[in-house]
Amino acid sequence: MTDTTFATPLRAEPAGIERRAARDLLRRSRCKPAEILFWLAAAASFFLLPDRHLLLSEIAILGLFALSLDLIIGYAGVVSLGHGAFFGLGAYVAGLTSIHLTGEPLAGLALAALAAGLLGLLTGPLLLLRASDLTRLMVTLGVAMLLLEAANRAAWLTGGADGLQGVMIAPLLGRFEFDLFGTTAYAYCLIVTFVLFLIARRVVTSPYGLSLRAIRDNALRARSMGIPVGPRLLAIYAFSAVIAGIAGALLTQTTMFVSLDVLAFHRSADVLLVLVLGGVGYLYGGLIGAIAFKLLQDWFSALTPQYWMFWMGLVLLVIVLIGRDRIDALPRAILRRIRKEGRA
Amino acid sequence: MSTILIDGIAYGMLLFVMASGLAVTLGLMNFVNLAHGAFAMIGGYVTALAMNRLGVPFLLTLPLAFLVPALIGAVAERTLYARLYRRSHLDQVLFSIALVFMAMTAADWLLGSSQMLITLPGWLQGRFEIAGIGVGRYRAFLIVLCAVLVVALQLVLARTRFGARLRAAVDDQRAARGLGINVGGIFAATFAVGSGLAGLGGALGIEIMGLDPTFPLKIMVYVLIVVTIGGTASLTGPFLAALIIGTADVAGKYYIPELGAFLIYLLMIVLLILRPQGLIAPAR
Repeated sequence: MTDTTFATPLRAEPAGIERRAARDLLRRSRCKPAEILFWLAAAASFFLLPDRHLLLSEIAILGLFALSLDLIIGYAGVVSLGHGAFFGLGAYVAGLTSIHLTGEPLAGLALAALAAGLLGLLTGPLLLLRASDLTRLMVTLGVAMLLLEAANRAAWLTGGADGLQGVMIAPLLGRFEFDLFGTTAYAYCLIVTFVLFLIARRVVTSPYGLSLRAIRDNALRARSMGIPVGPRLLAIYAFSAVIAGIAGALLTQTTMFVSLDVLAFHRSADVLLVLVLGGVGYLYGGLIGAIAFKLLQDWFSALTPQYWMFWMGLVLLVIVLIGRDRIDALPRAILRRIRKEGRA
Repeated sequence: MSTILIDGIAYGMLLFVMASGLAVTLGLMNFVNLAHGAFAMIGGYVTALAMNRLGVPFLLTLPLAFLVPALIGAVAERTLYARLYRRSHLDQVLFSIALVFMAMTAADWLLGSSQMLITLPGWLQGRFEIAGIGVGRYRAFLIVLCAVLVVALQLVLARTRFGARLRAAVDDQRAARGLGINVGGIFAATFAVGSGLAGLGGALGIEIMGLDPTFPLKIMVYVLIVVTIGGTASLTGPFLAALIIGTADVAGKYYIPELGAFLIYLLMIVLLILRPQGLIAPAR
């Protein structure tokens, strides 16, 4: 990102830089053909794979969850080991809403987003204590563990280790019943994911998103340029929490069940793995990673039902040892070579 | 009351022995190693298997529980960890999480998912009384053994040539290298000793914390808490933190069992808010 000029309006700057910044922003926010293709393929999967809708819903939810993590890791440089806290909170809030308030899915979604966002706002300041990755890892992990313990102890509310029983979700918009084959569920997940993706894309391509990248690359320099580092990080953390909460709520609403599992450590670890499989910092990483993760999981479970985690760990190990940036650069390098040969 | 205090201290000492290696890895090499608990698990399994399958007496298994993880640690450091020292923390976290998952599944596959049990020798069972306070024999043994280890570690760090080199490498890697200190070798040796100590801690902890394939994850949190709260500037910080966490955990589980592990996480977050640099902050 060294060649990027930031769109902070400085009065003393010549107008040329401002124009260049505006053009750069516009170029970033323009929709590329590959992106349209991706979403067309996603929409086509709904019609072409009717017997896989359950699996596809899971992928959409996992992808949305990983997308929320990408916002803070890929764009703000905040490493989190406890993103599952927001996912789990959203899942429980959606479940409790359906039992105690209303079975309307969109209301559950909104309340879950609200609760997760509030938790993000409350715990976000802890991240700013000391900008050391270790403290951030421990604080996020601590919050997630705290929430897991709370859900475990508050059995009168959450059902404890037995899980939350009796989640009933009313038909979507009063018309589409959630069926056994997950058809409504997949359409619902896909549309929600798509809408949130568009919002997230708008956010990261805005001047605000650029300022986040500046903070990620060099917080000290960003601050001296006049970017308010603390509030910006807090905002993206809360926004990411909202999306994670919605992903959790989607899981509850499509499976009609919540258990302590949604808050377990492996959720937070899995979603990191998903994001790394897909690539960090370009929003599609989470979605592509979710597809790769579920396919790998399917394949490994078929090979060794109990021990698929071992092979998943090995894949992750190899990715890290080879180097993520080198793998990320691979498709581009191949593309460049093809173009060169085409020209020659 | 005093019994709980003594149990807490024994537990805290044990946590410190396990965490000391991580404190050095984090402080020295700035490497976030979430897989430290895996070495503790290896040590535990060495002791459990040597006792149950080969009939080796408990005390004799302890050196083994140190040596085997230390050896594995040395090999892993040279082949895997050394490549990642300069990478981002995210890469290190991913790498060590992958190791944890692989270690857990491998243990499950090789040895089964059930709890490992050992029978302590007769002279370590039961309890005795000092001035009207009931003290478990094993707890007393733990306190004495770990205290010896703590003193020995402190002496090695403060008094020996190796300790001086290690401290030099902590303060300024480049300058240390310029003085002709073999920083890579020191890293490897320190990593091996740290892994060995974790293994020893795992072996000593079977009786208190249990041992099954999920052990690395369970202990990871505790060990990381100890190091984060203690700070990585010295070993005194983690030692204090281990005692606080150990006592708080035992007392919390005894007096307010409804809270469970809640107390520990709350304590960690509060301590981090109060002292974000750790209990004993670096002098820089």
